[in-house]
Amino acid sequence: MWNLLQIELYKISKRPRTYIAFAAISAIVGIFQFAFKADGQSYMNLILQSVQDSFELDKSKAINGYFMCYIILNTLLIQVPILVALVAGDAISGEANMGTLRLLLTKPISRVQIIGVKFAASVIYTLGLLVWMAIMALFLSLLIFGADDMLIFRVKGDESQILQITKDDIMWRYFAAFGYAAVALTVIAALALLLSVFAENSIGPIIATVCIVIVCTVISNINVPIIDNNVKPWLFTSYLVGWKGFFYIGTTEEGVPIKGSIENWPAIRNSLNILLAHIVILLGATMYIFKKKDILS
Amino acid sequence: MKITVSVFFLLLAGHFAASAQDINALVLKAKQKIDKVNDYEASGRMKTNVTFLKVPVANVKVYFKRPNKLKVKSEKGVSFIPKGAVSINVSSIIGTNDYTIIDAGTDKIGTTNVRVARLLPNDDNSDVVLSTVYIDEVNNLILKAKTTTRDNGSYELEMTYGKYAAYGLPDKIIFSFNTKDYKLPKGVTFDFDDGSKPAATEKSKNKKGRAEITFSSYTINKGVAESVFL
Repeated sequence: MWNLLQIELYKISKRPRTYIAFAAISAIVGIFQFAFKADGQSYMNLILQSVQDSFELDKSKAINGYFMCYIILNTLLIQVPILVALVAGDAISGEANMGTLRLLLTKPISRVQIIGVKFAASVIYTLGLLVWMAIMALFLSLLIFGADDMLIFRVKGDESQILQITKDDIMWRYFAAFGYAAVALTVIAALALLLSVFAENSIGPIIATVCIVIVCTVISNINVPIIDNNVKPWLFTSYLVGWKGFFYIGTTEEGVPIKGSIENWPAIRNSLNILLAHIVILLGATMYIFKKKDILS
Repeated sequence: MKITVSVFFLLLAGHFAASAQDINALVLKAKQKIDKVNDYEASGRMKTNVTFLKVPVANVKVYFKRPNKLKVKSEKGVSFIPKGAVSINVSSIIGTNDYTIIDAGTDKIGTTNVRVARLLPNDDNSDVVLSTVYIDEVNNLILKAKTTTRDNGSYELEMTYGKYAAYGLPDKIIFSFNTKDYKLPKGVTFDFDDGSKPAATEKSKNKKGRAEITFSSYTINKGVAESVFL
């Protein structure tokens, strides 16, 4: 099994498309960091427009490494599913396209094992992407912008809020958020792998995965009560941004943040469970379908 | 009968004249106390209470230099400092002599009887339209001040005095001010909808903000560098 995984990882590492994701993340993070270093004040002016009349704020302190990472993740974690699909969508269909799938199945390995290994390799690739994102978005940003308290701009119900987290209370939240993101992106990997079983070239499952993610994300962001109540809870995309929950700090009745607290841990735990259920169902379906499938290529 | 009425009005006029003198003297006494301070540097903890702002209690330093330079700085971390913080200093309200004092009677703050004085600026272009100060006439201390400005809304100060009362410097100051509603477009933030809604009580709150500074120490008349106020 370990040998199979090594072979699978070797195959992934030899494909040029694998590195597109790492290059894309580097480019996006680099552009963000350059833009904020050059003119981050304008962004802060825009976002704090209505507060500036009443309060003074040292914006240079507010634009720090922790804040930068949050802003970058806010943008990137919506696009990263596309990058995950690039590799996971190719896992089975790529073999079928090259005509190596039948050859692979002649080996004394069960089909369930093959899917298990392909899935494990996709997860390792996803984790690699997240580690790279953490290095670029968090640690490099801390190096460039320094560390300070972090401001979170958030809409809760009909109200906009500004939350402040002290700098000694942030790092564990990032570790938790990256852990959550790993689970969320694994759902995408499982979805792409499932679609990959049906196709004989990589383009189809990759595009199909991206389309599903885009459509579901759009629906998840439509603020209409009938969709909010009946459709959103069933879409995995509604839970992809759950990592932010770790940054919604709990407050006292007077609105003072409580260090080390999370405002709504049950909601995060519930989201995690739903995502894990998606992984189990998608992976189970992939194994079942692949086991029954008549392999002709 | 005519003589009786004349005497009554004379006495009434005399009473108002005496009362006006009293209030002028009282404001002057409170001012004299404050005038002992040329500059100070104070350390304190600031608690901000605004509906949309969830910020921790901040350690702040307050710098003051006569006539009306005042700066509130956070010792570490990011801090939202109320912009009308200049009003945190009573000296900026009664520091100048360019106002007319009107006696507005008496009132009570807690258990303390206070005299109320309305200060009308003589300068037509002054940003301050009206200040009302509540003076403890036993200790010659301003316990409360309300200021209405032309462009920056109205502010309210409540002060509690302790060991620096001799200089007219409070141990605790509560600064109330008007805030605008904060609105962030939902599409910009891609928030995680955890199903929770803001507390119902928060919605009914008016748009008044509150900053509370509890001072731990003052360094008085030891000089404050100009660069602090830049």
